[in-house]
Amino acid sequence: MDWLIILASGVATGTVLLYATVGEIFSERSGVLNLGVEGMMLLGAMSAYKATAATNDPWIGLLVAMLAAGLVSQVHAFIAITLQADQVISGLALNFLATGISLVFGEGLTSLRDVVPQLPKLTLPLLDRIPVLGRIFFTNQSIMVYIGYLFVPLAWYYINRTRPGMHLRAVGEYPAAADTLGIRVYFLRYMYVFVGGLLAGLAGATISLSISPGWFGSLTTSGQGWIAIGLVIFAQWNPVQAAFGAFTFGALRRLVLDIQGPSTILGLANPFFYNTYYGFFLKMLPYAFTVIFLVIGSREANRKRIGTPAALGLPYIRGQRGL
Amino acid sequence: MKKKSLWLAISLMLIAAFVFTACQPAPATEAPKEGETVSEEAAPAEEEQAAPAEEGGLQIPEIEDGKFNVAFVMLSTHDDGGWSQAQYDGMNYLQENVDGVHTAYVESVAEGADSEQVFRALSRKGFDLIFGGSFGYMDSMEVVAEEFPDIGYIHISGYKSNTTNFGNMFGEMEVMKYMAGMIAGSRAKADGETIIGGMATFPIPEEFRLFNAYALGIQKTCPECTLDIRWINTWHDPIIEREAADSLFDAGAHVVMTGADTPASALAAADREGVYGITYDWSGSCTVPECLTAPYWNWGPVFTEITEEVMAGTYEYGWQYFDASTGGVGLYGFMEGQEMQPGVASLPEEDLQLVKDTMAAALAGEFNRFDVFAGPIIDNQGNVVVPEGERMTQGDIDQFAPPLGEATYGMYWWNQNITAELPDL
Repeated sequence: MDWLIILASGVATGTVLLYATVGEIFSERSGVLNLGVEGMMLLGAMSAYKATAATNDPWIGLLVAMLAAGLVSQVHAFIAITLQADQVISGLALNFLATGISLVFGEGLTSLRDVVPQLPKLTLPLLDRIPVLGRIFFTNQSIMVYIGYLFVPLAWYYINRTRPGMHLRAVGEYPAAADTLGIRVYFLRYMYVFVGGLLAGLAGATISLSISPGWFGSLTTSGQGWIAIGLVIFAQWNPVQAAFGAFTFGALRRLVLDIQGPSTILGLANPFFYNTYYGFFLKMLPYAFTVIFLVIGSREANRKRIGTPAALGLPYIRGQRGL
Repeated sequence: MKKKSLWLAISLMLIAAFVFTACQPAPATEAPKEGETVSEEAAPAEEEQAAPAEEGGLQIPEIEDGKFNVAFVMLSTHDDGGWSQAQYDGMNYLQENVDGVHTAYVESVAEGADSEQVFRALSRKGFDLIFGGSFGYMDSMEVVAEEFPDIGYIHISGYKSNTTNFGNMFGEMEVMKYMAGMIAGSRAKADGETIIGGMATFPIPEEFRLFNAYALGIQKTCPECTLDIRWINTWHDPIIEREAADSLFDAGAHVVMTGADTPASALAAADREGVYGITYDWSGSCTVPECLTAPYWNWGPVFTEITEEVMAGTYEYGWQYFDASTGGVGLYGFMEGQEMQPGVASLPEEDLQLVKDTMAAALAGEFNRFDVFAGPIIDNQGNVVVPEGERMTQGDIDQFAPPLGEATYGMYWWNQNITAELPDL
């Protein structure tokens, strides 16, 4: 068992979680909880694969995936923002809707498994010579992984250090105050739900065009959208922490398999040695972390500390209430 | 008042959303649509049909009056590139080769309680014979078979039968896996490697049987090779299968064989340099040059024979286990009309001759599963499983340990060249 390989593979699979999580962070930071991430990712994975099969260009597939998931996210935006309905129910409905659309249009794509071109993989020169880190982060990774490295600090900077980012936070923390300052609360919420959709679509396309190439029905995303929603809380609505969490959870997926190999780890007997059942425990860990963070976040004082947007999940109705 | 109309709008949208989803996933198509089938054979003629009924989100196909209606229930999709696709090809073969038969299928049916609804719905529709294509349909089929005594139920894999209208059927795949092991061992030896990998699904006797046969085959051509195992706890999850193949290759495996449905082992090998994969289940799954071979199911003749016997009223429901000599199983590259894959054609001549001779004997009925599991067999703890001169019986091959039936040795052991430990049961 080679720890560097596990971590490198964790970075690759974690990149999928990373895009989906940061997308959800944008949406939640503006005050809209969108539980449809899994469905939007699936739609992204399907449309990316279908468009790539049709055009032979994975970059077009990537764009189509983002647009498709972005558009379907507007269904949720309309229900949650304009109609001011319950965001949990609407998000769950969006999930079913997007899953259904994906499975219908995904008919026949499974058999294309080795004809559709994939996004390129690269090794970055010089950087790959850095001991340990070079092997984990810069050797034979998908181009989407490198885009992720650039994207995370940009997203953090945008949210925390720019004027539009401040508007985004204001809309999620205290929309009434933002409204009185002339910030367009409804428009921004629509926009950031759209951004969340774009990124969920990108996450899906990253799966089907690069990390686990192919279309396999609802098994393509296999619940990663739900992990992403949990990761948002784990990451305390911060893109940098999201990257950390995503890569950790990604490595955990691979660890489940590799840990079956060696009979001892660090000199101790390995309880996972060819055990078929303990793997289930490791797979459950991301959800366990999510539950722990939900428990921590359930107290009002803690909510502030972990950074829950104050208006998260609450529809804004102009002139009706303070928040 | 405004609020009320909003809620109405939302409710309508939600209903629309649910209706939309309920109509679609895993639709049951009856005959394959022309032009989009992957199967080599010409697609059977399209049939007009009324709006299908629904059961648990799955569409139940209609029967055709005046014909002998045969339904197939599949675990994954008909184009999964493996287990279900092999059944789908078998279904098309049946449709083309037997007059007066109408075939239909339901795909993506989950094992367990969901499948019971599907089997019951198909029975109510009036199908005459229903094939269930996954281990986990066993109990559902047993229950439904009691309710509809006039309908025939054939379960693929598994071990139950009521001997009147619910039978069990499987075949001698272990002989093909044994030969696949010879090829894997020979390839590793020729390249100076010693580690071979296997992706095992669930700790059930079938998996032990197939991987032990594989290990015994490896031992034939490469006595110093070892077999490393990864448990993946799924029959069909392309993403996990791919990760498990990568995990084995990263651990030094030179050839990886999958026990699950999709060709992930070969596709993972194709992304690397100088390693090979062996796929499973479907003859069309061995496409990339890095794929050595595929032990596969050739269901067409098997389904045809059973259907004809059921139509004639002569089929005996019970525990059918067909031999390799029936042609129901195959090894890609070694059957009539097939070319050897490049990674096999370049193997040493004496190893290839061994595989060819074994295949010829198997097809002639002179070599079968009991010859694969013939002593001396030593497990990886150093114990003698089967002593010299002794053979396993069908009871040994089917189950972990006596005394469930007629068995002396059982299948709860790993061959001496397997580095994995036995899982707790």
